[in-house]
Amino acid sequence: MRASTGARVGQYVALLAYLVFLAFPFLWLISTAFKPPQELGSLHPTWIPENPTLANFRQAFDEQPLLRAALNSLLAATGAAVIAVVIATPMAYVMARHRTRLARAATGWVVVSQAFPFVLVIIPLFLVLKNLRLINSVPGLVMVYVVWALPFALWMLVGYVRAVPAELEEAAAVDGAGRLRTLVSVTAPLLAPGIVATALFAFITAWNEFFFALVLLKTPEKQTLPVILTHFIGAEGVADLGPLAAAAFLATLPSLVVFAVIQRRITGGMLAGAVKS
Amino acid sequence: MTLVTEVRRPARRAPSRGRERRGGDHGAWFLVLPALIPILVLSVGPLLYGILLAFTDAQSGRTEPTEWIGALNFRDLLRDTLFWESFRIGLVWAVGVTVPQFLLALGLALLLNERLRLRWLARALAIIPWAMPEVVVGIMWRLVYNPDAGVLNETLRDLGLGDGRDWLSGLGTALPAVIVVGVWAGMPQTTVALLAGLQNTPRELHEAAAIDGAGAWRRFWTVTWPALRPVALAITALNFIWNFNAFALVYVLTSGGPGGRTRLPMLFAYEEAFRYGQFGYAAAMGCVMVAVISILLAVFLVGRLKGGDDA
Repeated sequence: MRASTGARVGQYVALLAYLVFLAFPFLWLISTAFKPPQELGSLHPTWIPENPTLANFRQAFDEQPLLRAALNSLLAATGAAVIAVVIATPMAYVMARHRTRLARAATGWVVVSQAFPFVLVIIPLFLVLKNLRLINSVPGLVMVYVVWALPFALWMLVGYVRAVPAELEEAAAVDGAGRLRTLVSVTAPLLAPGIVATALFAFITAWNEFFFALVLLKTPEKQTLPVILTHFIGAEGVADLGPLAAAAFLATLPSLVVFAVIQRRITGGMLAGAVKS
Repeated sequence: MTLVTEVRRPARRAPSRGRERRGGDHGAWFLVLPALIPILVLSVGPLLYGILLAFTDAQSGRTEPTEWIGALNFRDLLRDTLFWESFRIGLVWAVGVTVPQFLLALGLALLLNERLRLRWLARALAIIPWAMPEVVVGIMWRLVYNPDAGVLNETLRDLGLGDGRDWLSGLGTALPAVIVVGVWAGMPQTTVALLAGLQNTPRELHEAAAIDGAGAWRRFWTVTWPALRPVALAITALNFIWNFNAFALVYVLTSGGPGGRTRLPMLFAYEEAFRYGQFGYAAAMGCVMVAVISILLAVFLVGRLKGGDDA
């Protein structure tokens, strides 16, 4: 099946247009981050900074507690990812292997939970966390993130469990291995890469999350990176473009690196979950 | 139900089943509880509590006890023209993002399914919008749209297409401008989902159709689309919900301005709850959003699925 030359040219033109559309805002962000103030003020901005500088990055750290915010983000995202995966993996196993009413209910919840506007959940959660004195605290945020990460963690993990042939487990059972033994020595090793991918995905989602953090974290020393970033945009929307771009660029790097590493696994896992259920 | 399926299982598996099943069910509860308890306490519970709050006059920081006021919030909401205006904007935004996003993603997925040279680059670039924090996406596009130092106006000036304008502050341009950002931000997920659907359609069918003399357009409608339909429907429905409930992107881009032209329902409810402290009223908004979206989706999905049966 060979496309004609005309069709091929058309395909490449289209692909090129897509590449430009996907890439140009990001390239502009990077370009802005390295521009000195006079170039940012110029009415004819250029793609490549004429006098590239790191001053914006220094100024960004001077203006806002970026390090503190990065640490908060790291704690919240790591805590959420680890806890979510630890509690989701056994449940995902049950959902994948048993066709019980419970498993069906859980699957239903995973789907339905996608539909609710967060505002309906956050107001009661806000009241509950307030009574527990967990407002404006990273542990309180971790609790929210764990539950928020559970649906997609379950979704991905169910896919990974289904990808482990049940015959392997049955074979181990026939060989006399107990249920726990089978889980630990046969299933777990095959599942490990999927569990890691799910945890990393949960990490990125929590690292990027904004709405819950905005509502729950009140003081700058507790706030996460996405919330701190919005402080660069002044009340009237006038922003110091250079430091804003520099800080935004830095906040993206961890997600980009992690995502680049696990991207194949994520798409694979989601597909397994989507196709087989 | 369980019994029936068990009887129908192949005999090969039968011997150990009885014992394993019972042990499995006890084990199942034990395995499920660590996730089930947080789900019930921190997700299902708050959701029900939230629905209850919609029938109260709950406010933040008030000393008098909260009172049950029945459907009063909903009555006020029906008359709240600002809320319905934001609801309308939410629908325009959700459709305005979901439809172009789907069409563009379908085009890109079809391209990426071909053996083209720059495929790897497109896949690598598609990671960027997906992995980026929404806040950063918003900031980035603010830089693009910046009236003076932004690349968009500079490009337009270079092309001789006017002097440029302040896209995010213009009454007429703000909503289209944020819709473009929404399309950009969500395209990768949609593309990946559709690409997966495409890769599940058997290549042989395509080749057979090609040999029979079917053109590209015909092949798409007779072979590709029927196979892609379920994935396309699912991703469209999900995108619509996600977009309707969007918050961070528009909060960073315009905060709902200018003059409320981009005030999505979530931004409205957020302000009502956490700026003005009207918890009960905002909860009622949440309920209305869920209800209307569920009805719209039900109509959409039932209609589409029926269409599928006829075909």
